[in-house]
Amino acid sequence: MSLDIQNITKTFGGAQALRGVSLAVQEGEFLALLGPSGSGKTTLLRVLAGLEIPDTGTLQFQGDDLTLLPARKRGIGMVFQHYALFRHMTVTQNIAFGLHARPRGTRPSKDAIAQRVGALLALVQLEGLEGRYPTQLSGGQRQRVALARALAIEPKLLLLDEPFGALDAKVRRELRVALREIHERTKVTTVFVTHDQEEALALADRVAVLRDGTVEQVDTPTHLVRCPATPFVADFLSQQQVETSF
Amino acid sequence: MKPRQPPSAPALSTFGPARRDPPWLVLLLIATSVGLCALVLVAPLITVFIEALRKGIDLFLDAAVEPDALSAMRLTLLVCAVAVPLNTIFGVAAAWAVTKFTFPGRVLLTALIDLPFSISPVVSGLMLVLLYGAHGWFGPLLQALGIEVIFAFAGLVMATTLVTLPFVARQLIPIMQAQGLDEEQAAATLGAGPWRTFFLVTLPNIKWALMHGVLLCTARAMGEFGAVSVVSGHIRGQTATMPLQVEILYNEYNSVAAFTLAALLAMFALVTLAVKHLFELRHSAELAALKRR
Repeated sequence: MSLDIQNITKTFGGAQALRGVSLAVQEGEFLALLGPSGSGKTTLLRVLAGLEIPDTGTLQFQGDDLTLLPARKRGIGMVFQHYALFRHMTVTQNIAFGLHARPRGTRPSKDAIAQRVGALLALVQLEGLEGRYPTQLSGGQRQRVALARALAIEPKLLLLDEPFGALDAKVRRELRVALREIHERTKVTTVFVTHDQEEALALADRVAVLRDGTVEQVDTPTHLVRCPATPFVADFLSQQQVETSF
Repeated sequence: MKPRQPPSAPALSTFGPARRDPPWLVLLLIATSVGLCALVLVAPLITVFIEALRKGIDLFLDAAVEPDALSAMRLTLLVCAVAVPLNTIFGVAAAWAVTKFTFPGRVLLTALIDLPFSISPVVSGLMLVLLYGAHGWFGPLLQALGIEVIFAFAGLVMATTLVTLPFVARQLIPIMQAQGLDEEQAAATLGAGPWRTFFLVTLPNIKWALMHGVLLCTARAMGEFGAVSVVSGHIRGQTATMPLQVEILYNEYNSVAAFTLAALLAMFALVTLAVKHLFELRHSAELAALKRR
């Protein structure tokens, strides 16, 4: 087992965002956290990244206890909802940031960093845009830079927060395919958050449906659609299908 | 700085009133602001230079290199050299604390930063005398230690720092609030420690606001009169900064010398502002790129 989430709770000033979430993610898996807004999916992702410390519960990754480890020591790649690119840095500088940030002993040489950035640019198909600043890029391009930047540190776990939320339908479809292809190639264990069931079912190996800070059901897309465990899951999936068919 | 969008449908722009302000209003607003600027800003500034040069350039130059004048200039620059870095460090730290963390007393700290703006500088000066003066709370202690604050350099620095405290923080807080924590958090997930994050992510994002704040703080610190006047004791050649020396000379009816020093002080401030605008001109493309988002 790659990632083991046990009984995580998190409260923000009286509002309980997570009420005892337990979830296991397999090595190399592509898992979606699906749920309506306020279901706690983003909070759970931020707990995994180390940006929120849970009130109770434990987090184990490949046998190591991560629960209290600061974000910068986790080696987990994160793609933020609004990308959070470094606005004063070029595409190249953004992607190379995580490599430059390594302590002197493990920092790759300049050439090695340049090579790695080149390979990542090819992977996310952004060759030719090396010198651009984030403001000079389209939404889809920013998304790809954010992905390349997160992959640069060779994360053992990749987290994506609503990765396609801010993009129009066409770019969204293209990026979906690209993301899945990149996953097939890198085989990085990936957890992504979405409120769009179509996206979750189309992309993920397994989908975890969240509701009010708890996991309702975890299953493969086919199973989830065929035998929803609770009325909520059935309702949430069917409701959205109607919505997206319009 | 941003190029105007050409009107997409020219025909619509002929429906003037809905889209444009009436000409009389535009004229009135321009006339008011330009007129007021000319009356209270430009005219007095010109007068200072005219008065300084009225009896010839020789007298101007003599007054400028007079020992007391030189000492006042040196003192003003020295005070700035200590007070401005202090306020820069304080401003960055305070803005960082207020915008990037939530802690008990955060709102109070935000309000406290503004306090020097609302307290009269004279009162600020008096507070320092009451605290550190010979008969003040810490007076005996400081005397025992042989440290002079009031009527000495330390007092001038304290008064100037106190009065110009909000300038850097006030410039930084809104921009840091707008930028949020996203980039810092991204840096953390990429393995960057707090110092690296500050110097490579936060500082470059606030550098223009920071420079603006530092320059405003410098200009204000050089001209500070009220608080400094209270703690200085007006000892010529020792604790008289440029604004104080101007007052001393003016009260002695030595108007050429007074205006000469005033003109030099104004020039220091103008140079500071010119530096700021030069920077902005040279980096206007980068500035525009950062603002668009």
